[in-house]
Amino acid sequence: MGYLSLTDRDREEMLAAIGVSSVEELFDQIPAGVRLGRELDVEPELTEQEITALFERLAVRNAHTGSELSFLGAGIYDHYVPAVVDAVLSRGEFLTAYTPYQPEMSQGVLQAIFEYQTAICELTGMDVSNASGYDGCTVAADACYIAKHATGRTKVVLAEALNPMVRRVVKTYAPGFGLDVVEVPHRDGATDPAELAAAAADAAAVLFQQPNFFGVLEDAPALAAAANEAGALSVAHVDLLSLGLLEAPGAYGSALAIGEGQSAGNYQSYGGPHYGFLASHTDFIRRLPGRIVGETLDAANVRGYVLTLQTREQHIRREKATSNMTTNQTLLALAGLVYLSWLGPQGLREVGEACTALAQHARSKLQAAGFEPAFPEWSTFKEFAIRVGRPGHEVVAAARARGVHPGYPLGREFAGLDDVLLVAVTERRTPADVDRLVEVLTEVTS
Amino acid sequence: MAAAENYPDDLRYHRDHDWARIDGDEAVLGITWFAQDSLGELVHFEAPAVGTVISAGNAYGEVESVKAVSDVIAPLSGEILEVNASVVDAPELVNDDPYGAGWLVRVRLSDPAEVGQLLDADAYRAVVAEQ
Amino acid sequence: MELIYEKSRPGRRAGRIPRPDVPPAELPAALRRDRPPRLPEVSEPELVRHFTALTERNFGIDTGFYPLGSCTMKHNPRVNERLVALPGFRDLHPLQEDDGAQGALELMWRLEQHLVEITGLPGISLQPAAGSQGELTGLMLVRAYFADRGEGEQRDTILTADTAHGTNPASVTMAGYKLDKVATDGRGNLDLADLRTKVNERTAGLMLTNPSTLGLFDEGIEDVAAIFHGAGALLYYDGANLNAVVGKSRPGDMGFDIVHINLHKTFSQPHGGGGPGGGPIAVRESVEPFLPVPVVVKDGDEFRLEHDRPKSIGRVRGFAGPFGVFVRSYAFMRAYGPSLEEMSEVAVLNANYLLARLRDAYELPYDRHCMHEFVLSARRLKREHGVAALDVAKRLMDFDIHPPTIYFPLVVPEALMIEPTETETKERLDHFVDVMLRIAAEAVDEPEVLHEAPHTRPVRRLDEVRAAKDPIVRYDFGERAARAASGED
Repeated sequence: MGYLSLTDRDREEMLAAIGVSSVEELFDQIPAGVRLGRELDVEPELTEQEITALFERLAVRNAHTGSELSFLGAGIYDHYVPAVVDAVLSRGEFLTAYTPYQPEMSQGVLQAIFEYQTAICELTGMDVSNASGYDGCTVAADACYIAKHATGRTKVVLAEALNPMVRRVVKTYAPGFGLDVVEVPHRDGATDPAELAAAAADAAAVLFQQPNFFGVLEDAPALAAAANEAGALSVAHVDLLSLGLLEAPGAYGSALAIGEGQSAGNYQSYGGPHYGFLASHTDFIRRLPGRIVGETLDAANVRGYVLTLQTREQHIRREKATSNMTTNQTLLALAGLVYLSWLGPQGLREVGEACTALAQHARSKLQAAGFEPAFPEWSTFKEFAIRVGRPGHEVVAAARARGVHPGYPLGREFAGLDDVLLVAVTERRTPADVDRLVEVLTEVTS
Repeated sequence: MAAAENYPDDLRYHRDHDWARIDGDEAVLGITWFAQDSLGELVHFEAPAVGTVISAGNAYGEVESVKAVSDVIAPLSGEILEVNASVVDAPELVNDDPYGAGWLVRVRLSDPAEVGQLLDADAYRAVVAEQ
Repeated sequence: MELIYEKSRPGRRAGRIPRPDVPPAELPAALRRDRPPRLPEVSEPELVRHFTALTERNFGIDTGFYPLGSCTMKHNPRVNERLVALPGFRDLHPLQEDDGAQGALELMWRLEQHLVEITGLPGISLQPAAGSQGELTGLMLVRAYFADRGEGEQRDTILTADTAHGTNPASVTMAGYKLDKVATDGRGNLDLADLRTKVNERTAGLMLTNPSTLGLFDEGIEDVAAIFHGAGALLYYDGANLNAVVGKSRPGDMGFDIVHINLHKTFSQPHGGGGPGGGPIAVRESVEPFLPVPVVVKDGDEFRLEHDRPKSIGRVRGFAGPFGVFVRSYAFMRAYGPSLEEMSEVAVLNANYLLARLRDAYELPYDRHCMHEFVLSARRLKREHGVAALDVAKRLMDFDIHPPTIYFPLVVPEALMIEPTETETKERLDHFVDVMLRIAAEAVDEPEVLHEAPHTRPVRRLDEVRAAKDPIVRYDFGERAARAASGED
């Protein structure tokens, strides 16, 4: 039954108006050889109540951050999402609207995107932001595509301290883009600017992360300078929630700023949907993929908003477009805007400080309990790497049996880090939670 | 204020809607009235750098309106000597005066014999009529 | 209406963060931010009012009829919003161990089984974030397939229809292929004669949507498939128009080897003002080894994510995919069961009803029954009365109807692409017909009303030239005015 509205009588009248005796006649254009000719073999139809019961049974079999004390981060974080975000996103005028190609019907979404673009530019120190990309991994591929066309070069350099999932996506896109990918290894948890500079010769782009995947605060200005001196575009992959405290990429010489927006206003939701952000210096405005909203005037000189520079996009430029992107992540970016507006500059600073203070506190408590930080000489933001003395995945299993997820085992992706966990501490954790983490890790490793 | 449809007789034309004004071993190039009318008001001219070598039949730049983008095709081969900075600043000059103030580039011709392959105004008017 | 930045006042705020009872954070001074970012400073009451005011200036499916061709603007069921908010889904970290995510993995697996049955193809990846990304992923699979067979260098070209969405050629370029186009014949099918001249040993594949963007099922699809497969090439199905054929014909049976599905079109993931979406792909067995990782695997009664697939192209997105989209799509499918077929029947019925009632007042370029959408041309109105498709679109707004897609596909001049979907009432359809007929009459008697439309929206027609020439893409906090005042500009 689903969500259909026609009555039997409606159907009769409509068939008569069309001049056919059955709906089947309308499908005559499908050649007999490709007709299915039988009922679909799928699970049976359920009422709303039955669907709800089924989904509740499925949901309850997941160990979520309400049921398990979690220090799991590694790119997606358990931050507090305020109720206003849910309230705004549930408005049907936003939720069920299409892309704002008809601006007179869509001033709400267009203005919201303009406000989002402004927020991203403010945080990253850039001149222009697009309306969002798919996620924090694909925007890295987008940045490489921009760099290729802007510089004419065919090599991109990735710091190994950049999220492994981001690097994997770039490597998947690179062959089609005609790009070679070079990785610069991390040295004790950070990237050596001299090594990066050496690799950056003839590169179109150099991508690094700040804070990096290990939570370590890199010497980002030096990394950006290394790229710039080699004539490559410096691309900083950053955390929006750090930008109330940390310097903006635009201020230390990066050409592009990208990242995963989930921390700002999205639930974890088993990986998505979230939003990637991408912002750049004004020089690259015509090369940006995705939608851009611009301000203008209407026929009565009233201020309004439209999609602009659409000639970059697939529906006009087709095979020469800056990207094939059509659907993006507008609703999730809207959540980001609402969240950042709810925080304001003071709140953003406070959330950054709370995470950092708690993470530093957890690190010292663990150290006092005999667990060594993997990269002790570096400052960290909301995440840090800790040695637990036994294979990371075993420790995770044992800790989870005690109701705590202690963090991401780095041995999966990094040589020599088999006994290292990446521990994230957000503003949702308390000192008592940290004590519990220390207690459980001590139990399972003794 | 867009110009009225016209195709000056003293110019030579390429069927991809570009014109050339020959001046000894140099030429001034631009797009025709038909091209600017199809695109609508221009908002951007992506110009080549001075010194770029261009070849007949290939694109040397792009012009954009809000709804379309179009390659600008070189009717003749040569080296770019000058780019019309006024059009870069105010692309709508091409709509107002496609053959005068709306010129795009000046080139030194590398093969003046190519001029013979271009259309005269009447032949180009026939091309426009087919569109 | 003011921007949220224009409503800000220093010191105002909405949210507060609990201050933890631990020593303060220490950060290297050299990395610290110079000045705070200029984020909005508003209280919660004003925050709520601001976004509510924005909703009053926006039109969604919840507001009214939205016949945007190729977008499938069907109703978005409310229960789905409740389901994605279940804590076991909403608060589940994507890197949770598989044994702690069995509910999520099972849901994904069940969704995949639906897609297998609907497409007629056995291999599924739920990873791509949108139809375009599904297209690009599909082309990467094509590349991997031929590289594996030693034909990678030889096969460098992809063919698309001249009615294709712009995403198709854009994807071809991003995947590093050359592009060639096939013409459409007078019936709206691919021109087989033209096709035969273009398919050869350099052809890697065809990208096609069926029914096409004209809303017409390609009657020669079996021949098309034979031509491509005969040349050793693959067929890629752009699933944008799947709403027409669910339970009626399966892309795998039509001969397609790789398919993407738009969960935000056919399976009612809300469009959200531009996204999110979901673009999962379904592939033939011969292409399965190349699918992105991870893949959902059922092992007895347990589910897990498999990462170890040596021939995989890699990953195109983070994690396993946009999970919240899967929750909604799977719920939507369960609300129908096998009667998903009826969904397509009614979509096709509704479109043909509108076609029958509008074909005389406008021009119908292809005289056939349509499928779930159809294209009219306003060419006669333009020639005889100077009224363009754009004017028709803007005037519809005055009647609280969202315009159809205009100026697409490119093969129809002054195109109006209309897709009602299956969730509309007959009264809504009749109202749309009445308004379209009225507009056709206004074109004759009062064309200025159409040229100046819309009259009743929050803004009149907007100056897009101005927005492109001098792009203002963020609020400038009065910087321009300050510079002007100090004489710098």
